[in-house]
Amino acid sequence: MECVFGMVGKGFALVVADTSAVNSILVHKSNEDKIMVLDSHKLMGASGEAGDRAQFTEYVQKNVSLYQFRNGIPLTTKAAANFMRGELATALRKNPYMVNIVLAGYDKETGPSIYFIDYIATLHKVDKAAFGYGSYFSLAMMDRHYHPDMTVEEAIKLAEQCIEEIRSRLVVAPQNFVIKIVDKDGAREHSWRRTTKD
Amino acid sequence: MSIFEYNGSALVAMVGKNCFAIASDRRLGVQLQTIATDFQRIFKMHDKLFLGLSGLGSDAQTLYQRLMSRHKLYQLREERVMKPETFASLVSAILYEKRFGPYFCQPVIAGLGDDDKPFICTMDSIGAKELAKDFVVAGTASESLYGACESMFKPDMEHEELFETISQALLSSVDRDCLSGWGGHVYIVTPSEVTERILKGRMD
Repeated sequence: MECVFGMVGKGFALVVADTSAVNSILVHKSNEDKIMVLDSHKLMGASGEAGDRAQFTEYVQKNVSLYQFRNGIPLTTKAAANFMRGELATALRKNPYMVNIVLAGYDKETGPSIYFIDYIATLHKVDKAAFGYGSYFSLAMMDRHYHPDMTVEEAIKLAEQCIEEIRSRLVVAPQNFVIKIVDKDGAREHSWRRTTKD
Repeated sequence: MSIFEYNGSALVAMVGKNCFAIASDRRLGVQLQTIATDFQRIFKMHDKLFLGLSGLGSDAQTLYQRLMSRHKLYQLREERVMKPETFASLVSAILYEKRFGPYFCQPVIAGLGDDDKPFICTMDSIGAKELAKDFVVAGTASESLYGACESMFKPDMEHEELFETISQALLSSVDRDCLSGWGGHVYIVTPSEVTERILKGRMD
């Protein structure tokens, strides 16, 4: 029942993910951070098989840093997205990573962007993306209320509406959510929406 | 659900008088859920050669990247662009390489060959070429597309009439298919210019 979603606003991109680590009926922890900060201006929200998620996100993060060390400049969001897609596509017919990714980034030249990357390596640049059972509710909410060039306050309000919808309508709804934002000042954690303390 | 129907797609190419048209739908879905309504399925290899890829989106992207790199290498070595017939053979060979673990794609190739003669062909996922003189179709809406094209097609249409015909055939077929639609993307290619148009159909 993992939920990840994201949207692009005016000069920023937002990614929201639940923070539960679940094994069958047991909730191991409710403060698991599933949105990895790839570099100064990139966020990668991942959902899927827990081991694959941790492994793949770390692998991508280290390779993105390596590129920056080797070449002196950071990857663009588009390049990072295509790198991820390439890795997922190569592994697909051998040992697939069961990870779905919402990649959010801010580039000086092109501004904020969000990429939808499926576990079977389908890549598409979008304005709003969501994965998991929560996507049925969050995508619907975003389709209704999203408009281009939203302010941070409007986007947070919409994210809260999506979280409320997931909490009230999903049968085993996650308890806590984390919201992270990336804009010209960098990628950082914005806030949490908790129902339980951990 | 078959893996070919995972993302949903519709592709059609038609031959006219010294021109051709290639059109696709714009939906990217994950089974019943629509993810995006601006997905690109038709790719320009060069000014007179277009490739449409239906089927699994991920394999379409992988295949496009492989073919683009092969074509660019060819262009560097031969100092000219590939003819459509040659390109079709290349695609067929690349698909058959993966005979026992195929790419889940059905390509549609359309181009202007020697003397600007229009060339269209399609193939199945393991590279069996199907050359046609009139039209070729691919994707989840292919059965509807066969019917629509067969009834609407006339030989030797000029490019404006060809545009109308291919657009009507595409839109009426995707309206009967829940996995494809959300508009259309049409390229009309004559020896002198390429026109790209977006169609607005039933957005559902």
